[in-house]
Amino acid sequence: MIPTEHVIALSAALFTVGVIGALVRRNLIVILMSIELMLNAANLAFVGFNRMWPGTEGAPAVDGQIFVLIVITVAASEVAVGLGIFLSMFRNRDSVNVEEVNLLKW
Amino acid sequence: MVNGVDSDLLHWIPLLPLAAAIYHGVMIGLVRRQTPQTVVAAVSCGAVILAFVVSFMALLDLLDQPETSRLLVDNVYTWIGAGIGTSAISAELAFRLDPLSAVMILVVTGVGSLIHIYSIGYMDDDHRDDKGFQRFFCYLNLFTFSMLVLVLADNLVLMFLGWEGVGLCSYLLIGFWYSDSFNAYCGSKAFIVNRIGDFGFLIGLFLLFGALVEAGHPAVSFSGIEQHFSSIVDRTLTLPAWLPFGTEWRLVNVIGLCFFVGACGKSAQLPLYVWLPDAMAGPTPVSALIHAATMVTAGVYMVCRMSFLYAAAPEASAVIAWTGGITALFAATIAVTQTDIKKVLAYSTVSQLGYMFLAAGCGGFSAAVFHLGTHAFFKALLFLGAGAVILAMHHEQDMEKMGGLWSRLHATRWVFLIGVLAIAGVPGLSGFFSKDEILVAAYASHVPGHDWLYGIGLLTAGITSFYMFRLFFRVFLGDCRAPVATRDHITDPGGFVVKPLWVLAFFSVVGGYFGLPQVWGDLIEMENSNSLANFLAPVLTSTEAHHLDHSTEYGMALAAVGLAAAGAALAWLLYVKRPGLPDRLAKQMSGIHRTLLNKYYIDEIYDAVFVRPLVAFSDRVLFRTVDAGLIDGVAVNGTANTIRSLAANGLKYVHSGLTQTYVFMMLVGAVAIVMYLLP
Repeated sequence: MIPTEHVIALSAALFTVGVIGALVRRNLIVILMSIELMLNAANLAFVGFNRMWPGTEGAPAVDGQIFVLIVITVAASEVAVGLGIFLSMFRNRDSVNVEEVNLLKW
Repeated sequence: MVNGVDSDLLHWIPLLPLAAAIYHGVMIGLVRRQTPQTVVAAVSCGAVILAFVVSFMALLDLLDQPETSRLLVDNVYTWIGAGIGTSAISAELAFRLDPLSAVMILVVTGVGSLIHIYSIGYMDDDHRDDKGFQRFFCYLNLFTFSMLVLVLADNLVLMFLGWEGVGLCSYLLIGFWYSDSFNAYCGSKAFIVNRIGDFGFLIGLFLLFGALVEAGHPAVSFSGIEQHFSSIVDRTLTLPAWLPFGTEWRLVNVIGLCFFVGACGKSAQLPLYVWLPDAMAGPTPVSALIHAATMVTAGVYMVCRMSFLYAAAPEASAVIAWTGGITALFAATIAVTQTDIKKVLAYSTVSQLGYMFLAAGCGGFSAAVFHLGTHAFFKALLFLGAGAVILAMHHEQDMEKMGGLWSRLHATRWVFLIGVLAIAGVPGLSGFFSKDEILVAAYASHVPGHDWLYGIGLLTAGITSFYMFRLFFRVFLGDCRAPVATRDHITDPGGFVVKPLWVLAFFSVVGGYFGLPQVWGDLIEMENSNSLANFLAPVLTSTEAHHLDHSTEYGMALAAVGLAAAGAALAWLLYVKRPGLPDRLAKQMSGIHRTLLNKYYIDEIYDAVFVRPLVAFSDRVLFRTVDAGLIDGVAVNGTANTIRSLAANGLKYVHSGLTQTYVFMMLVGAVAIVMYLLP
């Protein structure tokens, strides 16, 4: 069986990739994808830990898996809203570059 | 806690006037249409008369019970409940009728009813504002409610509610004609001076409750306090060394003095009496009801209610006795020179209240209550009589402009004379018996200097007779000094004004026989003649006193009557026989005369010592420096200005508008938190 440490390491690696992507890329669609990466890294950690503490025979623990389902739902709605905003932005400004949307400042 | 007989009657007594007050309030404030005067009068007087009837029924219930343990209790609900175990406070909204409160509610509702009826006539011609009539009765009913709560309260907290309520109504009614700013000033003065007293009352209440909690018997109800009083009676209180009173005090003395400070404020004793003469700015029925018959006697009532405490606190009692005695003499001397008819009566009230405290301090609690009752009758009569005279004179209060009214006011003159005779202590009338009992109590007590106190009381009796006959002669005898234009229009006021006077005059005459001292009872071979004292005995704690034999008491009565007669004769000589003499005397003794005329300059002294420095301090330090400078300038505007300039000069550049900078900051923050939390 794959040890839990490996699952966590993969999750951490995915999360780091997501963070760096969200910080350095300029394209909003890519940033959105990076955020998805981070969410999925968290999902991976959830199921990994759930496998580590599976509960007892009579009362199995499924908290981690349920959380994963919730996160997937939230991520899906977030993508829907996010893409909607980007679409509207692209129609107005012909660009989805994050550095060009900086009007809300001092 | 309370083990009296349950009664559902008691809460109706305060509730009826309250209902009337609320009705008037709704009509004035929400309906905003003028209610017919007949309706207003019927509701107000009906409520108070009904309360009187209920009070009487409650009294009959009370009399049905065994003589030594007469107590009715009406527990409505728990008003304030807090804490657990031995520090729990539970103040019930409960009313208690025992002989002492029975006497009080009969006086309050009885005299109150008459004054309500009188007010119909007195306020009838008042057209200063169109809702004034109803507003007046609204306040008057509210006052009656508060006063009834005060005297019926089963515990000190509820008593304090009534205590504050009567103070508020007093303020509202003194400043009733508020469009004249002087009246509003007088109302404020009464309220503020009373606050000083209330502060003392509160401190006393806290000390008493704190000591009872420490002793493990938290109680605020009177029966509870009395029951557990023995557990705190030997306690001492250590005062901070910088106070100029010494450090070790018996706790009961301190509590007794604190409560007495409250009584001083409410009952206008030295040094807090200054508000009462100014309270005469209110309408005359108010002066009669609040500032003569009922509210100002609340302090006396409270001291009698706490008689068990004062019986155990001889030093506090001595202070009360001396304060009362000195106030009695002091106010009587001022009354001699006043020319405003209501001012004379006001100082007379202060003086008579001093008598009551003199009695209470000397342990003569039943004598104090007796005088409270008789004084309520004859002083209300005198005030209402004065009100009738003022109405007849078209709102002239200066005695210099009266005179010769005996032939003009046929209905008022006799009742007024009865009032004067009663307060002067003419044998057989009520004032004679009650004043006599006070003087006997003073003479027989163990208070330090009690014979001096007796002398002061006796002298005051003579001066009282002098100034009351002076007032009577100046108003009713001699030539009419009114302006020629009004001289022919001076007639008796209408029936509403005159008829209550007859009832009050009747009680001023016979009121003394409710508490006929035994020494006079023996004269007509009547056993237990002092039915009032016997009635009150179970609720009042008696203190040790010297025994006086009957011949001493007859001699004392003779001395009092002799001095009263001398006072009357002097007044007759000065103001009827030789009318020029007073002016010459005043010129000859101009120093004394001027001091008395200016009321010993007490108002001026208070103004210079307390009021002015306080106003200056409030204005310069509290207002200009603290409020405008520190709070507004530094705290409120200063914070806003600092933040604003900081933000404008640099902080704002943190907001770059670049989303990824924000994400980076967030990441740094999250990492920092994680690093901090990791072991």
